[in-house]
Amino acid sequence: MSEVLARTPLYEEHVALGGRMVPFAGYEMPVQYEGIKAEHEAVRSSAGIFDVCHMSEFRVFGFGAFDYLQGLFTNDLSRIAEVGSAQYTLMCDEDGGIIDDLIVYHTGDLEYLIIANAANRDTDLEWMRAHCPEDVTLTGQTEPEHRQGCGIVELVDESDRTGLIAVQGPRALGVIAELAGPGFEPPPRFHIAEARLDGTPVLLARTGYTGEDGVEILCHESHAAGIWRALLSFAEVTPCGLGARDTLRLEMGYHLYGSDMDRGVDPVSAGLGWVVPQKGAPFIGSEAIAKIRSEGPAVRLCGIIVEDGIPRAGFPVLHDAEEVGKVASGTFSPTLGIGIATAYLPISLAEPGTELEVVIRRKTARARVERPPFVKNTSLS
Amino acid sequence: MYPSDLKYDKEHEWVRVEGDVVTIGISHFAQHQLGEVVYVDLPSEGDSVNAGETFGEIESVKSVSELYAPADGEIVKVNSALSDAPETVNEDPYGEGWMIQVKLADPAQLDALLSAEEYEAFVSEEA
Repeated sequence: MSEVLARTPLYEEHVALGGRMVPFAGYEMPVQYEGIKAEHEAVRSSAGIFDVCHMSEFRVFGFGAFDYLQGLFTNDLSRIAEVGSAQYTLMCDEDGGIIDDLIVYHTGDLEYLIIANAANRDTDLEWMRAHCPEDVTLTGQTEPEHRQGCGIVELVDESDRTGLIAVQGPRALGVIAELAGPGFEPPPRFHIAEARLDGTPVLLARTGYTGEDGVEILCHESHAAGIWRALLSFAEVTPCGLGARDTLRLEMGYHLYGSDMDRGVDPVSAGLGWVVPQKGAPFIGSEAIAKIRSEGPAVRLCGIIVEDGIPRAGFPVLHDAEEVGKVASGTFSPTLGIGIATAYLPISLAEPGTELEVVIRRKTARARVERPPFVKNTSLS
Repeated sequence: MYPSDLKYDKEHEWVRVEGDVVTIGISHFAQHQLGEVVYVDLPSEGDSVNAGETFGEIESVKSVSELYAPADGEIVKVNSALSDAPETVNEDPYGEGWMIQVKLADPAQLDALLSAEEYEAFVSEEA
């Protein structure tokens, strides 16, 4: 198998910075530059920037936009009625299986921006197209058979033309304020707003995947490299790769699609019941999820800590010498200096403090259930 | 980068010979490829090791590497300081970052190892 890998608009920047490039979600992405630990620590103590241009961006607008999206997403879309606000949400199938996790931003009247996982771009679009109202217009897609017309909703795949750079850390907003100039006010947490950075028009989303304060900058792809360089001109800013992105998000217990959940898992079992309001409007999968909720799930995604060893994806988790699950996500926590992981465990073992073991190749290491976030003191907490 | 008084194997361990006791660690090339070492799992003193077989593991945030014994023998000393300061392997791979000392069963086994020059040539092909 030799997949042709795509490159983000920042590819040349990564190479020039000595980034170690690896295949990820169909792209050549930097896993690290100087080192994962140093990059991780830069984000926790100062500021780091991440190329997330590979992620998918969709826009949905028109008089039917709200009804269309509410019928697709689990979270209550009316909670972001205020233009500029945003929410984390899920898209599920009829059985409640998670198709993707995403953030939806209410960018304007009758208009929404969706940021989704890079690897799920085609799946998401196919699902959204298959479940849209009759009179919908779909544009900007690579498939030739997209519909045109005067629809009540328009769905546009803007992934290719949109650059996305995450700026995260306690000093991130200070850097953004300097680039934005006098009078700059950052959008509130989980909000999005227009801005200019160094004169370049951008959208600033006060969201992230690290547990630190900061923004994600959306821009035209042709401006991404200029903004990246402007950010790097600040001494407090460190370029960070996928390696640090993963350790940072796991320290916070943030889910990673494909590792912590997939189509075979429902939101309740995944510990994402909070993204599915009990009295919300109906959506695809709402009945199945309500049933799972009332009957109680058989398993639940739990946090696990391992003091003597590094748990990694796929390692067996034992209770009383019997295998009860497998590690979903696992890594070394640079902040805590111990192993941290997630695993689907029977509900009877999901209580924090439950003693477990993880099989790490030839040895068995003691483990304990702990409720994430593993790291509790960050610039967001 | 590859001290000439050491011998090397193709699994990127180095060996310092002092009589019939050898000190073993990993090369600059190995620590650089691995990245920041965050965990080192070493055997105990008194354990025996066999040439070509693993005697421990070393992990960075993202990856795991096995450690291979370059010769048969008995472990006489383990660098226990590495469990608290695994980054020493990156900072000083030929000094404080050593891993185990082994009393050799058959010193002639060392003849199969590479000189610094040979190892450097081997590494430049691998890189």
